Amino acid sequence: MADYQTHEHDVLVIGAGGAGLRAAIEAAAGGASVGLVCKSLLGKAHTVMAEGGVAASLANVDDRDNWKVHFADTMRGGQYMNNWRMAELHAKEAPDRVRELEAWGALFDRTADGRILQRNFGGHKYPRLAHVGDRTGLEMIRTLQDHGVHQGIDVHMEVTVVTLLKDGDRVAGAFGYDRERGRFRLFRAKAIVLATGGIGRAFRITSNSWEYTGDGQSLAYHAGAELKDMEFVQFHPTGMVWPPSVRGILVTEGVRGEGGILVNSEGKRFMFDDIPENYRSQTADTPEEGWRYVQGDKDARRPPELLTRDHVARCIMREVREGRGSPHGGVFLDIAWIKEKLPNAAEVIRKKLPSMYHQFKQLADIDITTTPMEVGPTTHYAMGGVNVDGDTQMSSVPGLFAAGEVAAGLHGANRLGGNSLSDLLVFGQRAGHHAAVWAASHSAGTVDRAEVDQWATRTLEPFERGASAEAPYQVQHDLQDSMQDLVGIVRTESDMQTALERIAQLRVRAGRTGTGGNREYNPGWHTALDLDNLLTVSEAITRSALERKESRGGHFRDDYPSKDDAFASFNILVRKGADGAMQLERRPIPQMTAELATIIEENR
Amino acid sequence: MQQETQATFRIWRGDASGGGFADYPTTVSEGMVVLDAVHQIQAEQANDLAVRWNCKAGKCGSCSAEINGKPRLMCMTRLNELDMSQPVTVEPMKAFPLVRDLVTDVSWNYRVKQGIKPFKPREPDAPDGTWRIAQSDVDRVQEFRKCIECYLCQDVCHVLRDHQKHDEFIGPRYLVYAAALEMHPLDTEDRIPELRQAHGIGYCNITKCCTAVCPEHITITDNAIIPLKERVVDDAFDPVGKLVKIFSRRHT
Repeated sequence: MADYQTHEHDVLVIGAGGAGLRAAIEAAAGGASVGLVCKSLLGKAHTVMAEGGVAASLANVDDRDNWKVHFADTMRGGQYMNNWRMAELHAKEAPDRVRELEAWGALFDRTADGRILQRNFGGHKYPRLAHVGDRTGLEMIRTLQDHGVHQGIDVHMEVTVVTLLKDGDRVAGAFGYDRERGRFRLFRAKAIVLATGGIGRAFRITSNSWEYTGDGQSLAYHAGAELKDMEFVQFHPTGMVWPPSVRGILVTEGVRGEGGILVNSEGKRFMFDDIPENYRSQTADTPEEGWRYVQGDKDARRPPELLTRDHVARCIMREVREGRGSPHGGVFLDIAWIKEKLPNAAEVIRKKLPSMYHQFKQLADIDITTTPMEVGPTTHYAMGGVNVDGDTQMSSVPGLFAAGEVAAGLHGANRLGGNSLSDLLVFGQRAGHHAAVWAASHSAGTVDRAEVDQWATRTLEPFERGASAEAPYQVQHDLQDSMQDLVGIVRTESDMQTALERIAQLRVRAGRTGTGGNREYNPGWHTALDLDNLLTVSEAITRSALERKESRGGHFRDDYPSKDDAFASFNILVRKGADGAMQLERRPIPQMTAELATIIEENR
Repeated sequence: MQQETQATFRIWRGDASGGGFADYPTTVSEGMVVLDAVHQIQAEQANDLAVRWNCKAGKCGSCSAEINGKPRLMCMTRLNELDMSQPVTVEPMKAFPLVRDLVTDVSWNYRVKQGIKPFKPREPDAPDGTWRIAQSDVDRVQEFRKCIECYLCQDVCHVLRDHQKHDEFIGPRYLVYAAALEMHPLDTEDRIPELRQAHGIGYCNITKCCTAVCPEHITITDNAIIPLKERVVDDAFDPVGKLVKIFSRRHT
């Protein structure tokens, strides 16, 4: 018998970023007893990194905005691969979720008449992002955290879940360990909400921290849930490229929202060269018009730097590959140029983009008020994830819910900036509510103790193999290199077939990894245990990307460089077959309601 | 193009039962921060070296430690600011119990926060059921809301670090938190009596060490603690003024 501590909750939320916190608050408000598990300390999750803002059609800055325009923008950005029901609910509910944060103490920047200020962002027709300088994520997570700790939620900090436990078809609990002491924890729960975020650590260059190893996607997959749209990975166009140790750290799209321009080594503003047809009517014809747009001129159209992230990332790649890149393999992002337009430009930059100013000053010795930044694409976000019901956020496993980045649907083939923070709030709230409703109408399932013992044994295997076995960090690095080089921004059939072979070899090596030391706060052990999750999501991304023989949104195939209507009608789903092998399915996208179809037509 | 040199990191290894410094020679290159070197040592020489980190961009406040004796974020301390001809010492924060290596048990901070009265807004007073707030009122508290909860200010505070008054004093981080709530344009709660008693604001003798180490450059002592001390003093020693304040609070 393994030695473990048992916790019982009506609802267990795994992950404590914005989505997990919002879900926990709602479930507690619904009368459920709630446990909240976080891999890090509370308040440190990746939401903290979100800079630009939260998208909601409050219409405080431009009264032409409303949920319909936000819905149409989200669908266009997602290339119509989105779950349109989620896009509808998201656009309708985001304003209430933002106002609710204010009632819980969040302080957003203001308009002249004292309402919440909104800023421009890529793919959004009107200024729509409520923000606090460039640290909106910190304001959001701290507000949710400070409100949440007074709602009677049990917080389990620095705990990693290694498996979900089922009773027949339904979910019944989770098993894991606390990082601090390495002690096992068994959670029994009537409903579980996954809110574990993304998969960025499967790639070498990423804006994501160590936590983003695809845990939720992998836990759900092994529990029998479906994953959807895994081929759609967002490579954010502007990550830092120098110095090497900071490569991948995010440079907010807010820089471009405030007037920043992208320039190649020849000094040319290259984004005007390639404007996609479906955005042509919304894009400025001249730099002068683009500048008027970022200054709030309602008659101007947005500059091409604010096209969708997938497109901007590929344009940057093109400049670099064709020899017009910056010294360290990126391009230049210039906000300093606005001094030609504004007498107090340096002050404006420091006020609007304070954390970018400090980030470059401290990490790269660059003053962004005088000098252009060097930037290049960085793995940022998974559009795909656990397939959920649009209204309830329940997966195909009864009692298992998912919200935020770990869930698929809202963003389709490409996410618009700012739609992630609103996603967290809208679907965190929905998942928490429906998990509490589910828990109230179902009794607790039974946990199989023998299965728990098996997991406990398996979890300790890296110690049996010891420090002289395969090093977990090396396997992780080799996987990151493979995914970056073979399944990155530009993909081909042969590269991805090679990637699948390498993933299979790495899986064998992962099974041989070992660690020294003991169970107390041992990152070597933790890394060894995270490898299965990384390998599972890497395989799902690669297989889905092989299946989609076209280019769309975040998924670009050099061997099929165009969009293909034959691929427009279905999503790609992945599930674990009875034999343990990964199975793929092309599932038709349901017919949109006439009302929503009309809204899209009206906003063409 | 990239300059590589040899350096030595003297890292504290051990747990609550004891330990000592271990020297790790490693190759460092241009632009590296202390956290990069620690990760490199962890990946290549000491897989089980315990270190907390998340964002690696100075935004989450996880990687607090003492570098060459100074409380700092490992992710924001560049090697070219340090004397690399000598071993660089990296050790855990001293004001909290040690878990292992560079990781300390900071759970006391979470308990303290829970004990501070939460935000309580006045009723919405704009026609649309929300509030109108002037940017200038937002600006006043934004400085405090930049806090990333790295606890370096708690670590350096002698009341906690040297005198271990964790049961009587909430520390600079939570005085900043209380100031952010007290000066929040919508808040109606009164936290002044607790600040004076249970939260022990009187222990702070404004040596400003907390301000000196804050990676977010929050002027903790001058902008947060001293105004709170003034309110505490007004409250305790100016009963007439207090009555006027209670009266006016009810009617705004």
